[in-house]
Order: sequence, then C-alpha cells, then structure tokens
Amino acid sequence: MDTTFLEYLVFFAAAAMVLGGAIGVITLKNPVHAALGLVLTLFGIAVQFVAQEAHFLAAVQIIVYAGAIVVLFLFVIMLLGVDNAMDLSIEPIKVQRPLAAIMGLGLVSLLTAAIVKADSATVLPNAIGDGLDIATVTGDSDGNIQQLAENLYGDHIFAFELTSVLLIVAVAGTVVLTRKWPRNQEIADAGSSSTSGASK
Amino acid sequence: MIAAIEPSWYLILAALLFSVGAVGLLIRRNPLVMFMCIELMLNAANLTFVALAIKLGDINGQTAVFFVMVVAAAEVVVGLSIIVSILRRKPGATADDLAELKG
Repeated sequence: MDTTFLEYLVFFAAAAMVLGGAIGVITLKNPVHAALGLVLTLFGIAVQFVAQEAHFLAAVQIIVYAGAIVVLFLFVIMLLGVDNAMDLSIEPIKVQRPLAAIMGLGLVSLLTAAIVKADSATVLPNAIGDGLDIATVTGDSDGNIQQLAENLYGDHIFAFELTSVLLIVAVAGTVVLTRKWPRNQEIADAGSSSTSGASK
Repeated sequence: MIAAIEPSWYLILAALLFSVGAVGLLIRRNPLVMFMCIELMLNAANLTFVALAIKLGDINGQTAVFFVMVVAAAEVVVGLSIIVSILRRKPGATADDLAELKG
C-alpha cells in the first residue's frame, strides 16, 4: 500500500479521534463520560506526536496524561460523587451559548487565516535551530530521545531543576488544601452545636 | 515520512482543538468539566509546539512540550484539590454558585 495514503489515513483518523473526543468533553452530560472523551483526545494527540517523530513525547503523553491526570480526574469525580448527569438545557446566562459559538468560530477563522498566511512566509536563517533528528530520515530510532535528553540536560538544566521545586510545592499545596484542619473542625462543631441546640 | 502532511495541517488541527476547548470553558458550568477543557487547550498548544519543531528543525519545541506537561501535571493536582475542598463545603456547586470571595 502507498505510504502517502497511510500517512493521510493516520492523520485523519487521529484528527477524528482528537476532535470527536474534544466535542464529547464539552457536550456529554455525565462528567465520567467527559473524562473518557478526554482520554480519546489525549490518545489522538499521542498518535499525532508519533506521526511527527516525537516518540518520547508520545510515550510521556500516554503515561502522564492518560495514565495519571485522567485517573486523577476520575478519582475526584468518584470521590465527590458528582457523576450524576447534569441538565445541560438550563442556561444561567441567556445569550452566553450563541456568543460562545460565535467566539469559537471567530477564533478558528482567525487562527486558520494566520496559519495560512504564515505558511508562505520565509523562515529566517538564524531562526533555524540545531536541526532535528528524524528517525525515518537518519535511521536511528533512538535519535529523538537522545537529542531531547542532550537539550534538556544541557541548555535547560536550570529550568529542569526548577520543575522539581514546582512539583514539591504542588504536592505540599495539595496536602495543605485537602487536609481537614482539627482546629477549624472544632470551631465548626461548636458553632453548629450552639445553633442547633441539643440535637446531639 | 514527514513530507506528505504539511506542518500547517497540524497547526489547523491544534487551532480547532483550542477553539473547542475555549467554547467548552465558556458554556459548561461543572468545575471539573471546565478543568478538562483547560487540558484540551494545553494539548492544542503542545501539538503546535511539536509541529513547529518539525517545521523549523529545532528540538527546543519538543523540550518546551516536556515542560508544559510537567506544569500541567502540577496545575491539575493543585486545581483538583481546590475543587475538592470547595465541593466538600458546598456539594454540587457549579461555577455560578462559587462567589464566596466576592466582597
């Protein structure tokens, strides 16, 4: 079979996955179904990464997004018990949905016009980077991950170290935010018992 | 392999995905679903980075995607814990009900 045809097939199949999942996220009533639509979108994005020879990022996309973030979403949905379907026919602000649709169409057309216009622009010679190892061109299947590692641990080592600080801060913040503070609990109990009288 | 599909196609797909995420953020009222729409927009930005890394032949675009993923993971953890602590206090609250910080 023709290679070009296969590439088009992969692109359009993955694009359908991405857009179908995204529309599922914003239209499905049940938050669990929306999270499953998000999984579909993330897998489609991972396929597009593979098609663009970004193999390491595709693996990280599956592991971090589909493996960790969506599981966290589902866990919170189950924890809070908000997995009942919401009535989407209620519009709190009357004109908001038409306005949002108009804004979305405008955003698509603006970005598409910018992309089409910029496509014919010439790339400045000093804007070209060090070159990118493409596995099907160089024949080295580990080239992408080696080049990414050299770039990450060479040019961006300071930013990489800072991400560890960011992750520690995020973990500490989560523990602080979700902890039930004993002192506040006592105050709340005292307040509720004084207002509700001898209900206990 | 790269030649058949232009990088612009990926950029247009990313533009569509970003717009769907932005519209979803505006029309949905469930805080968790709004958060998922933010993830959609972040993924559109990632797709743009990778497509331009191919177009310009620059590995820095893929490194940027790596950092975006790390920041997105931290953001999701903190944001979901805020949502958990809010919804524990007000069960079933939508984004319209959350006006506790209003003076």
